[in-house]
Amino acid sequence: MAVKNTVNIIRMALIFGFGAVSSTVAAGAGDLGPTLTSPASLETAPNADGFIQRWLLLEPIAANGLTDSAVQGAVKKQYFPNQFTVIPHEGDKVTVGAAELTWHAVDTKNYNINLYHFARALGKPTSDVLFWAVTLVNCPREMRDVRLAIGSNAASVWWVNGKEVIGIYGDRQTVIDDGVSKRLTLQKGQNIIRAAVVNGGGATDFCARFLDAADKPIRGLTLTVGQGPK
Amino acid sequence: MKCALFAPALALASLALGLDGDVGIHDPSTIVQSGGKFYTYGTGGSSLVSDDGWTWRRGVTLPRRGLAPDVIHLGGRYYVYVAANIGAQPKAAVNMIWSKSLDPDSPDYKWEEGGVVASSDGIEDSNAIDAGVFLDPTDGKLWLTYGSYFGYIRLVALDPKTGKRLNPTDQPRNIAINGEASDMIYHDGWYYLLVTHGSCCRGADSGYNIRVGRARKVFGPFLDNLGIDMLQGGGKLFVGSGGRVIGPGHFGLLDLGDGVQKFSLHWEADLDRGGASVLDIRPLLWKDGWPAAGENLKEATYEIESVRTGTVLELAVEGVPVGGRVARGRGGRGGGGRGVFEGQGGVIPPQDVAEVSKNWPSGNIDVRMANYMVQAQQKWAITAVSNAGGYPGSPYFKITIAGTDRALATTSDAELVVLPAFTGGPEQLWRMDQLADDTWRIMPKSAPNSNEALVLSAVGSSFATLAKFDPASEKQRWLLKTP
Repeated sequence: MAVKNTVNIIRMALIFGFGAVSSTVAAGAGDLGPTLTSPASLETAPNADGFIQRWLLLEPIAANGLTDSAVQGAVKKQYFPNQFTVIPHEGDKVTVGAAELTWHAVDTKNYNINLYHFARALGKPTSDVLFWAVTLVNCPREMRDVRLAIGSNAASVWWVNGKEVIGIYGDRQTVIDDGVSKRLTLQKGQNIIRAAVVNGGGATDFCARFLDAADKPIRGLTLTVGQGPK
Repeated sequence: MKCALFAPALALASLALGLDGDVGIHDPSTIVQSGGKFYTYGTGGSSLVSDDGWTWRRGVTLPRRGLAPDVIHLGGRYYVYVAANIGAQPKAAVNMIWSKSLDPDSPDYKWEEGGVVASSDGIEDSNAIDAGVFLDPTDGKLWLTYGSYFGYIRLVALDPKTGKRLNPTDQPRNIAINGEASDMIYHDGWYYLLVTHGSCCRGADSGYNIRVGRARKVFGPFLDNLGIDMLQGGGKLFVGSGGRVIGPGHFGLLDLGDGVQKFSLHWEADLDRGGASVLDIRPLLWKDGWPAAGENLKEATYEIESVRTGTVLELAVEGVPVGGRVARGRGGRGGGGRGVFEGQGGVIPPQDVAEVSKNWPSGNIDVRMANYMVQAQQKWAITAVSNAGGYPGSPYFKITIAGTDRALATTSDAELVVLPAFTGGPEQLWRMDQLADDTWRIMPKSAPNSNEALVLSAVGSSFATLAKFDPASEKQRWLLKTP
């Protein structure tokens, strides 16, 4: 039986009567799981459906609760310096509490970023955690009336160029275009997309893309992330 | 504004709304627009006029004061077909008159006589009254149906350039029997003949009801849903008596464009107006290839569900589970039980909005969509607003979180917000049109900084916005369900 989410874990626990559920699974070092790879180029583009496949991911931080207030409280907590403005690079490290966490640049083979694969491959916990994700979207010209459209498992909060534009809450699965921002403007050149995904238990992932005024994927964008320590 | 308030118990559940103003009329024509106003004409030449299709007033009487007129706007002219009194029925004749405007204040308001287009000699099986004029959208041909009980409903061709009989020597074709007030419409490859059956003119004792048959050709045969030819008395019920109104008759199509269709009719007796004969406008629906009479929105509390996503509109606040939060997992009352599966015991009452709203922000709050969880921030009271105008069939409504005055409104950037209180601005007034598939189009009276007609639209699963209406899209179709 595949464990898909928190509900299933709890349901199995109730049905089969097992006690504590551990979501920390050791994995070999050096790989990022079956769906993620290290970027092989400096620049890439969203896929044919507009999904952003290149991200910098920070190793998970412990966090509890998926309600609106719990998630807002978790993501607004100061974990490391400049956490709402920093543009991290591959291999950058931050200290959160007693732990030193590393930023990893990843490309996904799929439309979504599988955070469960990511954390498990690094031997990190996948349940009751918060993932920070950042990417740089380069726009050839100013684009108005654009919407960021995301899906996440579970809750997530999103910022575009420092402004909070989406918050979706609760124990939910990733659905394409689940959360959509109000109309916004992508500036010419670099735009910083930042996300915080909070997972309760089980699978965790997210997807993101930009839509135009007709809800069609935006074309002509490119994606970059820092490729090495500053 | 007239509200049909039946009894205290029902009044709490919903209120049916009849048209506002002076709506007394018998045998109304198809409603047409001229100079931005809506017009309809009834027996005796009486007329009603409205600026918005909701509030009506008495208009100028036609120069021909016959029976059951019908009217069509074609080639810059308004052609009115009205039965002349030429003796005891069934000796009758349908005359045509025309004008370039229906507005008496317009310099183009001048009626010209067009002559007789159909008649009955008092002996033949026909009674040439109750005209219904139909422009075939497939070929531009113009047709007139007429007749009343004595003999057949008949069809003759008219000249679309003049409105007159195309060929007076052509024999009328019989297409139905046992009715009057015929009218034809076209939809998706079918011609539909709507005929009023039953008895008229007896107030609440009138058995009037509107029935329909359909044919692939304009000449028929018009068969009902049982395959019975309307020439043999067939006819599928389209609308009958119900609620506080009795005896529907004299169908007229009011096509508002973008797939939004309504129909006009009169009720022989409106019990809330002393049993008077009154005009009404209702949504026209289509189900399984047949027209169906829709309902104008009733005041009530609704969940507003997106057809596209299945999620509902809600105030963007943290929801509280009905009955309060419970711990997930084993244990529960007395220990060793089935935990949350055992429930709390007893009856869990509906969520008290006064209680849960204590934690809501006091100012403007965003709107989003979510799975319906029977929570207070997901229930919307839709209430008619007095003296705020309306649209064909209904007044404008306010949409508030049930039990509060927090009102849904549009923003200057064509998004949505919930205000702390309803203040009556046009950005807080909503038009609710039932669409052909029984879903609803929800449109603000106006959106700040926008000249476009914008409607409530789903974007993704968890967000709603305003967007231009696309009749082919599910994004702008909403289900209104009573919680």
